[in-house]
Amino acid sequence: MLKQKNKKGNEGVESFLSSVLAVAAGLLFGLFILLITNSNEMFSGFLTILQGGFVDGMSGISQTLYLATPIVMTGLSVGFAWKTGLFNIGASGQFTVGAYVAVLIGVKCTGLPGSIHWLIAILGAAAAGALWGLVPGFLKAVANVNEVISSIMMNYIGLYLTNLLITKTVYDQTGNQSVSVAKTAYLPKAGLDKLFPEANLNIGILIAVLFVVGMYILINKTAFGYELKACGKNPDASRYAGINARKNIILSMVIAGALSGVGGALLYLSDFGKHMQVLDVIASQGFSGISVALLGLSNPFGILLASLFIAHITIGGYNLQLLSFTPELIDIIISAIIYFGAFSLLFKTFIRRWTKKSKREETAS
Amino acid sequence: MEQYVIEMEHITKEFGSFKANDDITLKLKKGEIHALLGENGAGKSTLMSVLFGLYQPEQGTIRMNGKPVTINNPNDANALGIGMVHQHFKLVHNFTVLESIVLGHESVKHRFLKMDEARKKVVELSERYKFKIDPDALISDITVGMQQRVEILKMLYCDNDVLIFDEPTAVLTPQEIDELMKVMKQLVSEGKSILFITHKLAEIKAVADRCTVLRKGRCIGTIDVAGASKEEMSEMMVGRKVDFVVEKKEMKPLGTALSVRDMTIRSKRTGKNVVDHVSFEVKKGEIVCIAGIDGNGQSELVYGITGLMGIDEGQVFLNGKDITKESIRRKCLDGVAHIPEDRHKHGMVLDYTLKENLILQNYYTPQFDKHGFLRFDEIDKYAEKLIERYDIRSAHGAESIARGMSGGNQQKAVIARELDRNPEIVIAVQPVRGLDVGAIEYIHRQIIAQRDAGKAVLLVSFELDEVMNVSDRILVMYEGKIVADVKPEDVTIQELGLYMAGTGKGDAAC
Repeated sequence: MLKQKNKKGNEGVESFLSSVLAVAAGLLFGLFILLITNSNEMFSGFLTILQGGFVDGMSGISQTLYLATPIVMTGLSVGFAWKTGLFNIGASGQFTVGAYVAVLIGVKCTGLPGSIHWLIAILGAAAAGALWGLVPGFLKAVANVNEVISSIMMNYIGLYLTNLLITKTVYDQTGNQSVSVAKTAYLPKAGLDKLFPEANLNIGILIAVLFVVGMYILINKTAFGYELKACGKNPDASRYAGINARKNIILSMVIAGALSGVGGALLYLSDFGKHMQVLDVIASQGFSGISVALLGLSNPFGILLASLFIAHITIGGYNLQLLSFTPELIDIIISAIIYFGAFSLLFKTFIRRWTKKSKREETAS
Repeated sequence: MEQYVIEMEHITKEFGSFKANDDITLKLKKGEIHALLGENGAGKSTLMSVLFGLYQPEQGTIRMNGKPVTINNPNDANALGIGMVHQHFKLVHNFTVLESIVLGHESVKHRFLKMDEARKKVVELSERYKFKIDPDALISDITVGMQQRVEILKMLYCDNDVLIFDEPTAVLTPQEIDELMKVMKQLVSEGKSILFITHKLAEIKAVADRCTVLRKGRCIGTIDVAGASKEEMSEMMVGRKVDFVVEKKEMKPLGTALSVRDMTIRSKRTGKNVVDHVSFEVKKGEIVCIAGIDGNGQSELVYGITGLMGIDEGQVFLNGKDITKESIRRKCLDGVAHIPEDRHKHGMVLDYTLKENLILQNYYTPQFDKHGFLRFDEIDKYAEKLIERYDIRSAHGAESIARGMSGGNQQKAVIARELDRNPEIVIAVQPVRGLDVGAIEYIHRQIIAQRDAGKAVLLVSFELDEVMNVSDRILVMYEGKIVADVKPEDVTIQELGLYMAGTGKGDAAC
């Protein structure tokens, strides 16, 4: 019995190590990029990236947490759909419509008491995201339309519809953005502002962590999660077992959409000067979600760690500007890390060989 | 001195702490058919995978024509002239037969595929061995039996000299097996050498020159087939004496359990009736066997009954209740147990652990589901119970990933799951495909025990020995129709073979 547990634990360690190796390889690649852009400053630049959010003390850390919050949600969204064998590339659109509905409720429904106003806004965002997930899910289940295509389309519909609706409903012309939400719609700080003084931090990250735990339980401990995974791993066998695959595909996309939508709400329901911009650019958080889901191997806790890390080095990237590097460098490095993340299987084999070898040497000596 | 083509000496292959091969020595003479006999999980497939370069052994050497060789991957094996037909075919489903055969050995001109020559060679080979195969058919559209022929052709196409057959007869009809045996003999007479993995002693007696027996990863010995009896060989393999004829006591069938009325299923592609107005009944306490050559509508008939495929006409009744339009889940709850033909496609979620697979049909029942949460302690207990009762062997017990288990043990897991649900009717399609004599004996006993407990059993089999041994009544299916309804004691294997080939007894007798 004990041995079997060990085996499972080993697999977890292997997966974790393979992601760490991917990160290391990506960072090395980053060092190389720094070398060709500005060789004099390359090591101090590299150090800046590694230090990331740790340079400004508590406010830096809180900035990391704040940046990580929406990506944790979109990452969970992508990872969750992936467990059912679906590639939710529409996290951006779901995130955007969620954010819009949250802002709309935050601005307009001022009659609600402060204790529940923000909660209603989050629920509204979840519903909007769920609707945006429902469409590709429904099309996939009923007409076998590839969810990648339909959810990309939903990204654009979400983007332009949101832009239109912002200008019609909650428009701040001077900033070409949404107006600020009412104070009652701010996420509570629950004492986090005392822990991190002068920092942009609210319970958003805690809500995200709650979803991490929730998704872990849903996937691994419930009959519903068992069904979802069976559909993802072998649709034929799940049909044979009488599992309603259509229902599961739709539900999976709805839940994934809701997760992304909540991500949108958590980012904009704050007084940190964040507003929805009216731009023709698809929200980057959705794509970061795909990245962290890959890097975290679709494991909820892996996604949390990956999000924190990505947020951490993103701040490092901002700080690179002090050394006259362009901040886009960090995007290249993050892309490289994701790229190496795709080699995780290769890294796993390395790790396996290496541990086997060292074990054999141990027994030999 | 004897001339050996392949000499595998002291091969040891470990998976973690599990020794799949433990110091095995196997020598293949030039121009012989050498059988490799052993139970499921005895290490036969592993040993052949080592020879084929899929696994690297921890210890041991391989020599070819006296010279040591290292085989790091299947390409090395192919370069040395070693070819293999795998137990689970490795074919690309949306390729045509021709494309599948030339895959990896394409001839090109200016970077464009040159298929004409390949087509000529494939057609020629197919005719030479009487394979009757359409080079332009899609792999996904042809039967399992035909897919195997594609695998064999692929091996011949590459001009391999050492041919490994991993349980090739499991999916063939008696006539096809006879033909395969002829092909194998023809091949060795042309100077090729064959390694033949099987559990079927009759086939070893029929074609093999020598036989190496493995048990639990160890080599028990190599014998001359001519001098050994079936009983001796099976005892070497299993380690105890085995009964070949299943004991069956008389049983009076009771009321009707399953009744199929006028069922018709049309092919979406051709519009032909693949199941053509089929009606029959299975009584409680009766084993009805559907015999026939693979691809005559048996699979579709079963899919129609179990709900995996929609039916165009007709009705299905279970204990008098119309279940035609019920969902698969509902049918399962009503007591339909289904041991599917393709355990990898339908029977298991291969990336799930053994215990997760064992609850695939009842994870949602209160036994395992408490307010939506899985009860892992109950699942563990249940899995341990089934593993012990049905003797399912694997490297890590209930936690083993199903993909890593041997075919026979996967099948045992499916059978354990289906029979343990206490069903009203057991529908089993080729339940002993690819199993060894010990396991076949066991599974047949289980099926007969179901009958003796008053359950109905519908058994689809392509193997006439099984049909004759186990059934109480035989229905023969040919081109979607039931062409014969006979009792096993009133019919001979030869007569059945004629029915299966579409030339009914009626013509011969009257």
